[in-house]
Amino acid sequence: MSYVLIVGAKSDIAKEVARVYAKNGYNLYLGARKADELEEFKTDLEVRSAISVELIELDITAYETHQSIYENLNEKPLGVIVVSGYMTEQHKAQKEWNETLQTINVNYTGAVSLLNIIANDFEEEKRGFIVGVSSVAGDRGRKTNYIYGSAKAAFSAYLSGLRNRLCESSVSVLTVKPGFVNTKMTEGLALPEKLTAQPAEVAQDIYNAQQASKNTLYTKWIWRYIMLIITHIPEFIFKKLSI
Amino acid sequence: MSLQSWGMYPLVENTIIEFQSQKELAEKLALADELIPYGNGRSYGDSALNDTLVHTRPYDYFLDFDESTGILHVQAGVLLSEILEASVKRGWFLKVTPGTKLISVGGAIASDIHGKNHHIEGCFSECVEEFSIMLADGQIQTVKKGEELFLATCGGMGLTGVILTAKISLKKINSQFINQTTIKTKNLKETFAAFEEYKKDPYSVAWIDCLAKDENIGKSLLMVGDFADDGDLRYKPKSKLNIPFNFPSFALNTLSVKAFNWLYYWKSKDGVSKQKVHFDSFFYPLDSIRNWNRIYGKNGFTQYQFILPKESSFDGLERILDKISKSGKGSFLAVLKLYGKENANYLSFPIEGYSLALDFKIEDGLFELLDELDEIVVECGGRIYLTKDVRVSKETFELGYERVETFRAFRKKHNMSEKFNSLQSKRLGL
Repeated sequence: MSYVLIVGAKSDIAKEVARVYAKNGYNLYLGARKADELEEFKTDLEVRSAISVELIELDITAYETHQSIYENLNEKPLGVIVVSGYMTEQHKAQKEWNETLQTINVNYTGAVSLLNIIANDFEEEKRGFIVGVSSVAGDRGRKTNYIYGSAKAAFSAYLSGLRNRLCESSVSVLTVKPGFVNTKMTEGLALPEKLTAQPAEVAQDIYNAQQASKNTLYTKWIWRYIMLIITHIPEFIFKKLSI
Repeated sequence: MSLQSWGMYPLVENTIIEFQSQKELAEKLALADELIPYGNGRSYGDSALNDTLVHTRPYDYFLDFDESTGILHVQAGVLLSEILEASVKRGWFLKVTPGTKLISVGGAIASDIHGKNHHIEGCFSECVEEFSIMLADGQIQTVKKGEELFLATCGGMGLTGVILTAKISLKKINSQFINQTTIKTKNLKETFAAFEEYKKDPYSVAWIDCLAKDENIGKSLLMVGDFADDGDLRYKPKSKLNIPFNFPSFALNTLSVKAFNWLYYWKSKDGVSKQKVHFDSFFYPLDSIRNWNRIYGKNGFTQYQFILPKESSFDGLERILDKISKSGKGSFLAVLKLYGKENANYLSFPIEGYSLALDFKIEDGLFELLDELDEIVVECGGRIYLTKDVRVSKETFELGYERVETFRAFRKKHNMSEKFNSLQSKRLGL
């Protein structure tokens, strides 16, 4: 069976995504920094699902390495799922330029660097799928989270353009916009239970949407409507709100 | 957010400890005063509740599976459902499974769960080759069958430590289907006779109509079966129906219970019938409805499960069923089963005899009724299942479990009594 490359494989969402694809028979490349720390997880996937897993040392912000990492894969993947993300506290990012830069680079620049390479290959092969995990935070900038949000907004726009370009090459591109998810990244935040998804739910949603060649996925689904409302609030009101 | 038990009663606030590594757990354990391990929250009562819980569910890696011997090595948070997803297509199945697959391996050991084949295969501990456990001082011990710590931990309700990993042996199957025989009986006497007649079938359980009165008391559907042999192992778990909110508690009135029981009683033709059913519907009929516990309303519910020695089973059950039927406090589910021999574990529930399990929504007068039922159970020399219990008295409990002092002494000797406690263990002085 074909390989799927998961980028940012250490995150809670990525691990559940890996389990869902493994369960459905895909072999996996797990790309992450210090990938050897995923050795036990690799065993877990292989024992559960009788598939092959290869760990790939990959730093999303080490742009110059991306070409050779991709070229060195034994078998080119059928699909790629970019889950890597970096979210710092807004007040920290406002004051420390390095935090802002890291936010932009992990969430946007790095993903673009890697996906440019992969998109070219998929376009030539006229097959494959690309999944990018963006965020509802990219739908509208808010004072509580706009540095992270603007990087995700750029990523969403990139994926939208990519989808447009690759449509005629039969390559599907899925933009994933999770709302609140109960993960290490959100640990300690008081998230409203009814609006908060578990990583396993998000992973299953991603798999279903990707298999159905959907364009945009909000997860939980209700976020599509929450964001619809939020994006339609007139700016002269919105600028005074605290949400 | 707090974790609750399956019965959603009592609702308590708690602090949740999670861990990624054994080192992390040892550090957190040292800082905590008193805690109890919590797996997937499928025990019904207060056996996995306290102010501080160690949530073991996220500790869920598969470590190894030897397909030549069928020995599976997993971390304790792995669910039985996950094991089946991995094993059925390779031709392996759990040797012992309860009526839900949504329990963790750690929970299965701590409750020493049993299933429809108890009369043949015994409890879950039979298939546990070894396990590792973190004790009160943070030390990790690997425990093999027969050792004292094994006897105390299997059925020990998480009161000996935090189970970390386990090696369990699976059994070979050659189909995902079960050849089922359904036997319709008119009363308790017929039900008992049917259990004896079909004793050699590996799986058996009866659904009993506990609202039946007088000469119909004990009327049941006995379902027995074994795995088919058609080579079909293409297992794909189905998605689940969700009950997204609590039903108003009047939803479970006598009428709906009657309708439910009626359905189960009449779905099979007169006497004996045969069906081929999927193992999921044979073993786990309620798992297809996620959160079915919400059907009992927001006050929660409890499951009353007791077992009586074989010689006193008939009289005892007749008296208990009569009392329940007269009380009008209907049970949505009533499950009757013949069990095999008792094992040597200190607190494992099964003894040779008949067990009945019934659900009750929490309401005024319920605990008084259950106390009355307890009296009959005690008179008959029976006992209550701790995994389901939320209210049994210390006295009733002690009269049922003759090895309780051995368990207490063991806990004390190894400094477990202070570190590991649940609301239940404090109520029962364990």
